[in-house]
Amino acid sequence: MYSFKDISSLHTDLKNGSITCVQVVDEILKSIEEKKHLNIYLETYADSAKEQALLVDEKIKKGTAGRLAGVVIALKDNICYKGHKVSASSKILENFTSLFSATVVERLLAEDAILIGRTNCDEFAMGSSNENSAFGKVLNPVNEKTVSGGSSGGSAAAVAADLCHVALGSDTGGSIRQPASFCGVVGLKPTYGRVSRWGLLAYASSFDQIGPLTKNVDDAALILEITAGKDEYDSTASQKPISSYSKETNAPLAGKKVAYLKDCMESSGLNPEVKQRLEETIDKLKAQGITVEGVDFPYLDFLVPTYYVLTTAEASSNLSRYDGVHYGYRSPNATDLESTYKKSRTEGFGKEVKRRIMLGTFVLSAGYYDAYYSKAQKVRRLLRDKTLEILSQYDFILTPSTPSTAFEFGKNSTDPIQMYLEDIFTVQANIVGVPSISVPIGKDSTNMPIGAQLMAKPFAEGEMLAMAKGIAQLF
Amino acid sequence: MSVYEKYEAVIGLEVHIQLLTKSKMYANDINEYGALPNTNISVVNLGHPGTLPRVNKRAIEYAVKLGLAVNANITYENQFARKNYFYADLPKGYQVTQDKTPICTGGHITIKLKGQEAKDINLTRIHMEEDAGKSMHDQDPFDSLIDLNRAGVPLLEIVSEPDIKSAEEAYAYLTEVRKLVRYLDVCDGNMEEGSMRCDANVSVKIKGVEQFGKKVEVKNMNSIRNVQRAIEFEIIRQIDDIEAGKEIPVETRSFDAVNGLTFSLRSKESANDYRYFPEPDLQPIFVTQEYITSMKALLPELPAELFNRFVNDLKLSDYDALNLTDTKAIALYFSELVTKTKNYKAAANWMMGAVKSYLNENALTIDRFPLKPEKIAELIAIIDEGKISNTVASTQVFPEMMKQLDKSPLQIATELNVIQESNSDALQDFVNQVIANNPAKVAEYKGGKVNLVGMFMGEVMKLSGGKADPKMASKLVKETLDKA
Repeated sequence: MYSFKDISSLHTDLKNGSITCVQVVDEILKSIEEKKHLNIYLETYADSAKEQALLVDEKIKKGTAGRLAGVVIALKDNICYKGHKVSASSKILENFTSLFSATVVERLLAEDAILIGRTNCDEFAMGSSNENSAFGKVLNPVNEKTVSGGSSGGSAAAVAADLCHVALGSDTGGSIRQPASFCGVVGLKPTYGRVSRWGLLAYASSFDQIGPLTKNVDDAALILEITAGKDEYDSTASQKPISSYSKETNAPLAGKKVAYLKDCMESSGLNPEVKQRLEETIDKLKAQGITVEGVDFPYLDFLVPTYYVLTTAEASSNLSRYDGVHYGYRSPNATDLESTYKKSRTEGFGKEVKRRIMLGTFVLSAGYYDAYYSKAQKVRRLLRDKTLEILSQYDFILTPSTPSTAFEFGKNSTDPIQMYLEDIFTVQANIVGVPSISVPIGKDSTNMPIGAQLMAKPFAEGEMLAMAKGIAQLF
Repeated sequence: MSVYEKYEAVIGLEVHIQLLTKSKMYANDINEYGALPNTNISVVNLGHPGTLPRVNKRAIEYAVKLGLAVNANITYENQFARKNYFYADLPKGYQVTQDKTPICTGGHITIKLKGQEAKDINLTRIHMEEDAGKSMHDQDPFDSLIDLNRAGVPLLEIVSEPDIKSAEEAYAYLTEVRKLVRYLDVCDGNMEEGSMRCDANVSVKIKGVEQFGKKVEVKNMNSIRNVQRAIEFEIIRQIDDIEAGKEIPVETRSFDAVNGLTFSLRSKESANDYRYFPEPDLQPIFVTQEYITSMKALLPELPAELFNRFVNDLKLSDYDALNLTDTKAIALYFSELVTKTKNYKAAANWMMGAVKSYLNENALTIDRFPLKPEKIAELIAIIDEGKISNTVASTQVFPEMMKQLDKSPLQIATELNVIQESNSDALQDFVNQVIANNPAKVAEYKGGKVNLVGMFMGEVMKLSGGKADPKMASKLVKETLDKA
């Protein structure tokens, strides 16, 4: 089997004829079949992938192939691909076929990527362990007894298990970075508005971003470069020109300033091994002449509550369209309009999704709006100001990606609060809208991957990728 | 004093107008009335997963124009908001509207009832939103049917202050609103087709009392006349109930046009909590001063301005001015006409008489009227010169002008041989002849029967073959009789 290292080496091998796209796709489809028990893919696009592979092989021969020629990419099951199913791992959208492609999908295809299938995730991207999928949990390829993380658990596991070269995920509060950390791969959440959300099934519109999960930082940079940029179909997508991220990953790091949050390192929930590894990272960076300093961020306890009030509010509205009337699951027990709503939604949505819809409906309702929604919006502004203040003095904020390494199935599934606290380090970037990345920094004593997270100034993905590459090379 | 006179009504109107944009409010599917059901749709307005809205710039333009036309304040930072509720014709489960930052605030619309002073009805706000689809419950014996062509059609909601005091004022207000949106070409104002809709908030209170009564919302009135009827009914009903010692519940009622009454739809206690919050999928739209200035320059002359010009500069009556400003096309035609004749009153009469009749008979609107304004000006000129009479002009010359559009009225009058005899020598011969033929009548006239002038006139006209200039003939008849 072809051993994928990075996109650049793949292109060398494709060009010199040592491998073809058709072979690569066949091998990966075979592997997916062999590792079916990991429950990573909900569906493979075998036919269209094979067709595309033939076409791209032709283009490579003619020298007309795009920048992602032959790169096998998996899509999280909340990204639309015209003529293909998309379900957000929910029963309510089981067998729903999208009539259009997401902007990111169009852009990948325009560069001759090969889309291989859609990956399992937490239902509507709500979860931190991939245990909330209507189609079963994803096993972590590193240790099948542990979760792959969530919500882009299938995408992270697919990259880790060599069942694709690159996967797209979506990140609302850590859903790319946390599973990336758990599975030992790179996960990038761009600045809010850097990548178009057209074709992404919305969870919380003002938090959601699509981003890549990859084997290495350079591949993440290239995927960002290709998928990012303004889009007339998404008015929240930034007009700011994109830079050549893939050419910036080797920029010198000397003179860069990194802050770490003291409150975060002293947080009681932080696993000692993770803490130790982060301290090692800090020391190694210092040894390279990079300034690393601890700063105060006394708002850590506000992050998760703010995140859950605002994201559930938006989700309660975003998920109203799944009502059994126009498309998707309709309860066979419905007798009239009201029971169509009630029964279709009760039967179609999973427990966690219903919990968040209820919570979001509550915080927006008359009488509670000011106490919850309005207050959370104010806190969001405060958190943004405080974070940007730190980022005005430092180039990056460094934290662990997660408080612990991948946990065992069922460990947090009875206590939603404990589960929500898994997101404590990752939600900040989404609340504030800044870019963030998780890169592997070795493994713990049980051989589980540990991740380091960087946050940077809005639209400073280029610099952040360079620093992330530097950190990844330390281990 | 009747019991009804003790009370006064307090009425506020919420008017929705569908904008005449080519595409919808937040997506590019076609905005068009009357297409086959569910043909003007897109993934956005079907509420498909993964879709996002984007704002139709033309709708902003129309909102700003309307705001300027009613002297409203235009909002700089326009946020959109979601109004959440479940209904089968609302595929997303929420309507994208404006909540805290309506695009226009304040402003007013002036109404004038016959015999009364003009009155300003103040506006609370005008905001942008999207229409829902249409549910049809009477098309199929088993199922309700849904047409989503209307889903996402751009709307402006115009909310008035409770400044309206009677059904007549409501009628006048809606007529003005309709006239205005038609002048601005932002809405066709067709209440029958639902492109303009009105909900009325009606309450009554004892005259002089500060505190408003309980507010009842009346819906489903598909003409301006029906809004008036519904309000008339509602005022009487509420007063009767209060007089009978009943509480007026806060509720929503529907108008039954067949029976001319309103009936309860739902009480406000069961009202939805719409859970408005800022629409996170849309960035705020900023309306700059430069943009407002550029829109101001594009505004047409408005009905109130035209009315004032017609009354003050052209010295027309209020009645004439109102008639001539009824539609923009009529007013434009008339405005052009009065650049070609100074006889404004005659011009107004021709517009409201022969031209209007022609349009009615041929079911045309003025923009399809084939005759150029200068032809009517020429017609007025030859009447004023005494070449033809008004009667001949309207019964013979004008109809022929409509058939021979290129010929001048004078040419047509000549061909019809209806140019008046105003040569006094020729006329004097006819007059002399008539007087000579009727000695007995002359004697009677001399004896005091002055109104016999008419009989002599008739004889003179007969002799002239109808071509005598009546003014001139009457003068000569009187002079000759007095000398006889």
